[in-house]
Amino acid sequence: MINDKNSKKIVDIIQDFSRRHSLFVLAYGTGCGAIEIPPTMTSRYDAERFGIRGMATPRQADLLLITGYLASKTLKRVIRAYEQMQDPKYVIGFGSCTINGGMYWDSYNTIKILSDYIPVDVYINGCMPRPEAVITGFIELQNLIKEGKANGAQKYKENLEWYRENQRKVIKDWKMPDYNW
Amino acid sequence: MTIYAKLGYTLLGLLIVLNWGFLMGATFRKIGARVAGRYGIPFYQPWLNLLKNISTRTTITHGVMYYIGPVFRLTGGIGLFLFMPMVFTGTVDGPWTNFSFEGDLILILYFQVFGMLGMALGAGQGGHPYSAMGIARGLAQHAAVELPLTLAFISIAIQFDTFSVYKIVAAQQGGIENWVLFTNPFAAATIILAMLGAMGHSPFNLVKAPNEILIGPATEFEGTYLGFMQSAGSILHVMEAVLFMNLVFGGASNWIELIVKTFLIYFWSVFVGMVFPRFKIEQSVTWFFKVPLLLGFLAIIIYSF
Repeated sequence: MINDKNSKKIVDIIQDFSRRHSLFVLAYGTGCGAIEIPPTMTSRYDAERFGIRGMATPRQADLLLITGYLASKTLKRVIRAYEQMQDPKYVIGFGSCTINGGMYWDSYNTIKILSDYIPVDVYINGCMPRPEAVITGFIELQNLIKEGKANGAQKYKENLEWYRENQRKVIKDWKMPDYNW
Repeated sequence: MTIYAKLGYTLLGLLIVLNWGFLMGATFRKIGARVAGRYGIPFYQPWLNLLKNISTRTTITHGVMYYIGPVFRLTGGIGLFLFMPMVFTGTVDGPWTNFSFEGDLILILYFQVFGMLGMALGAGQGGHPYSAMGIARGLAQHAAVELPLTLAFISIAIQFDTFSVYKIVAAQQGGIENWVLFTNPFAAATIILAMLGAMGHSPFNLVKAPNEILIGPATEFEGTYLGFMQSAGSILHVMEAVLFMNLVFGGASNWIELIVKTFLIYFWSVFVGMVFPRFKIEQSVTWFFKVPLLLGFLAIIIYSF
């Protein structure tokens, strides 16, 4: 295990330092929580001082931010975006809707628990969380990277069948490309 | 000076240029943050980004050209560096003049386009459906920038009767009144205006803007390739600034002078970018074909007679 704390080499420590201080965020503005991202990034709260900046393409992003509820249609796009990201990749579930469905708990066309479909490293609860909470979530993720516990990508590879099974339950017309990541 | 000493000085110079480019990039982002009322990144952020990008565990490739594209771009930057006299020491065989020779101005003109061609080739195989559109727009703007720049370069070459950058620097020594800025003001004005496009900051940065036609040529490059492109971009920025310093602002006689002058040249384009919003491609192309091109023609005509 590369991220195992007990076998951490000096190279891993340096790499993890750079990884946690240079998080490129692909903000997937699915729900109402996306409105909290602009104040987090701009002059009032300025997340860039922690090395967190927006990135417009999944290929170059490290962190997928799911801001709010996911309709079953958008789940397909989220999975495609997640699978195009490169290996140390992290997911933050943002708002109550990603944890248990929130106010859409009995809706027929939203998913309820995000970590059934993609591995989530940090959840930020609240409906919706304020920028302070968002930044606390980012810092929590940085601590997880430091401890070597943020290895969702490996979890996804190891349990791919289980995740695919859950994803296929929601996405009926499965026409997804296979990625050789 | 032996060839080994020369190689050593060149490698050391490349290291300085790379790190200075990173530091300038960080300062650029910091200034942008301060203008927006933010605190901004720490100054060592570009090194962390590079380290993170070269240490991704997986990297997708789309074929041979996809590998060679970023290498081409880096080659463009290093090629500009190799044939550019950095510091004027009184002799062309000096320590920091690299491999400058008679006619290197023409070679430098080629190397300026090299990076863009690398991007075009790499992005063409990148598998992105809109990369061809992004590249076409990039090359259109690049051609519009290069035309006035080339006219100004030729005007300076006619003025000093040489295509050697080193000799142009040597001819400007002995005081501020000998600079091309004062001896050939039309060429200088052309270069100062066209420089904004060559640096690729805000009014003219639609080509590499992250959110335009999802998202421009560099979309598919990730991990190590992105790290390569960042390094190449830093080197190219410094080398463009050094080129304009050598041609217009009298060169530099030591590294401190070089750093101060390149900083001021680079931040001329940064500050303009802070004030003016982004142009569309057709707007920027027409802009370069108006005032800078006219000034370039004037500079040529004046020195042709």
